[in-house]
Amino acid sequence: MPSLSYKDAGLEAVRHSMQSDPDVWCVGEDLGRGGVFGQYKGLREEFGEARISDAPISEAAIMGAAFGAAMMGTRPIVEMRFSDFALCATDELVNQIAKARFMFGGQSRAPMVIRKPMGLWRSSAAQHSQSLESWYAHIPGLVVACPGTPQDNYSMLKAAIACDDPVVYLEHKGIWELEGEVDFSETYEFGAARTRCAGTDVTIVSWSNTANIAVDAAKALADTGISAEVIDLRSLWPWDKAAVLKSVEKTGHLVVAHESVAVGGFGAEIVATVAEKGGHFLKGPVRRLGAPRSLVSYAPNLEDMLRVTSKMIATAAQETLEKAD
Amino acid sequence: MTSAGHNFERGRLLLQMMERIRAFEEQACLAAERDKLVLGAIHPSIGQEAVAAGIMHNLTREDILLSTHRGHGHTLAKGADSLAMMRELLGREGGCCGGKGGSMHIADFSVGMLGANGVVAANITIAAGAAHAIRLKGDKRIVVDIFGDGAVNRGPFLEGLNWAAVFKLPILFVCEDNQYSATTRTSSMTAGEGAGARAVALGMRSTTVDGNDVEAVADSMAGITARLRAGGPPEFLHAITYRRTGHTSFDPAVYRPKGEPEIEEKKNDPIARQQAVLIAAGMTEADMRSLHADAQAEMVEVLKKAAATAFPDNSTAFMDVQDIGSPALEAF
Repeated sequence: MPSLSYKDAGLEAVRHSMQSDPDVWCVGEDLGRGGVFGQYKGLREEFGEARISDAPISEAAIMGAAFGAAMMGTRPIVEMRFSDFALCATDELVNQIAKARFMFGGQSRAPMVIRKPMGLWRSSAAQHSQSLESWYAHIPGLVVACPGTPQDNYSMLKAAIACDDPVVYLEHKGIWELEGEVDFSETYEFGAARTRCAGTDVTIVSWSNTANIAVDAAKALADTGISAEVIDLRSLWPWDKAAVLKSVEKTGHLVVAHESVAVGGFGAEIVATVAEKGGHFLKGPVRRLGAPRSLVSYAPNLEDMLRVTSKMIATAAQETLEKAD
Repeated sequence: MTSAGHNFERGRLLLQMMERIRAFEEQACLAAERDKLVLGAIHPSIGQEAVAAGIMHNLTREDILLSTHRGHGHTLAKGADSLAMMRELLGREGGCCGGKGGSMHIADFSVGMLGANGVVAANITIAAGAAHAIRLKGDKRIVVDIFGDGAVNRGPFLEGLNWAAVFKLPILFVCEDNQYSATTRTSSMTAGEGAGARAVALGMRSTTVDGNDVEAVADSMAGITARLRAGGPPEFLHAITYRRTGHTSFDPAVYRPKGEPEIEEKKNDPIARQQAVLIAAGMTEADMRSLHADAQAEMVEVLKKAAATAFPDNSTAFMDVQDIGSPALEAF
């Protein structure tokens, strides 16, 4: 099993998908030279400039044109460079891509992957650091994927490319270099969470890079004698309600943690669902961790003020258990 | 067009299509205002029929069309079934979009009509992408995207035209200029020399045509489509016409100068102008009247049948949203 970075795992998923399906092509700014983070390095040489297509700095046109090409039977992978820039193409994604199949009574499909690197990354400040996954989870018609490991960036991107629905694919910029073993034969089904650590005392639900931070928290909790179960949702729509409810039934305690702003975040949806369908399982208060409803700074110390850390997650887990007594 | 006889036959077909479009929209307006059967907004193209008829005459069923919220004429002329269209306007079962889109989202993929659009200018980039796919697949089809004069002031106009020019795509952009952006005179809100000049600035060949002269539109299109089919670069057509109704069928359009629509109707009605051309070329009065009567009869019948059709089954409300995480399957 090869050890690959999160970035290269995504690259291999694209490469393998393009090798097996001639309708798959990539379009975005600077793809010819390998993409702004090198996620497409070498693909131009292997597949040519028509299938690894550069684009003008025209996010609306990249998104709109890829959609038109998807309705005509190709399978575009759209690179938005930074998820923040994808906001320039919001009409194309929300009003057009997400709605066309429905509005046209099932006549069309939009089999496309929209890659939007998100998250806190090296003093990139407010316009290059956002995590807006909860917005997309709110839009009917879209599938929302948030891989957190090299293995998942391989399996999930391959599944996204093969999917006939439009998939908003949110890689985390902060973990491009994260290394891990990748089994190319592992498949992924949207809506299936991964239990990153099994545990019996408290359930921690997370996704994207915060799931990695939650795993660190679970290790620290183990040292204090607390057995935490970390559930990495992996996709937010659909999301694995069954896995979360089953775990909360076992542990009776719930912490939800994500990097994006807590207010109106997807964590609230999880907590509400547990309250509605599994409230009787709960033996203590629920904790929800996310960024304050504030903006990302340039200065590293100020940037850090918005981070959800493993210490914060571990403390929250302890609090849910203490307050239960 | 080499012989007078051939020209006459084309001219007659163009008139026939314009009569059908006019009759369809007159019935649609009656369905909205008289019968209260069209519950949402409809945007009639009465007075603009020459653009639809002249353009579509030069397209095959395999060619691709994208249109606007004012797209009944384009869709009908591309070959969509009038009954399926009327059912869609009435939100009925068997409508071309199953009653889910209505007038503003009318589409018939079986005739290459990839959708009207409720967002001004949104189809410009999507159409460029359809042409991009044709290029990727090595197909021979061409794409026509029609938008209004208001669309030239939105960003996708620049982004989409630039895209098509950079990638040398087989597409014609048509600005169907009815002189009004919703309820505002477009000229009062548009800088520079207008739509065609903006296309020329991007290196595109632009043709301006009298959009109320169906023969002129068809002639322009014959040249443009020949060049596109031969592998030529994208082109632009600025067809100047006039919107005789308000923005929607319910809009009395009091913002227009008094008498303007009446003058336009008298001088520039595309159907009357084509009738005069054909009468001068030997069409009989009886033939002319029968084209009108046949179109009226078709659309009266279409409205009658559509009104007698059931609404879609409730279960379809959750269908065709998405396969993965479908609301038809998810308990929410």
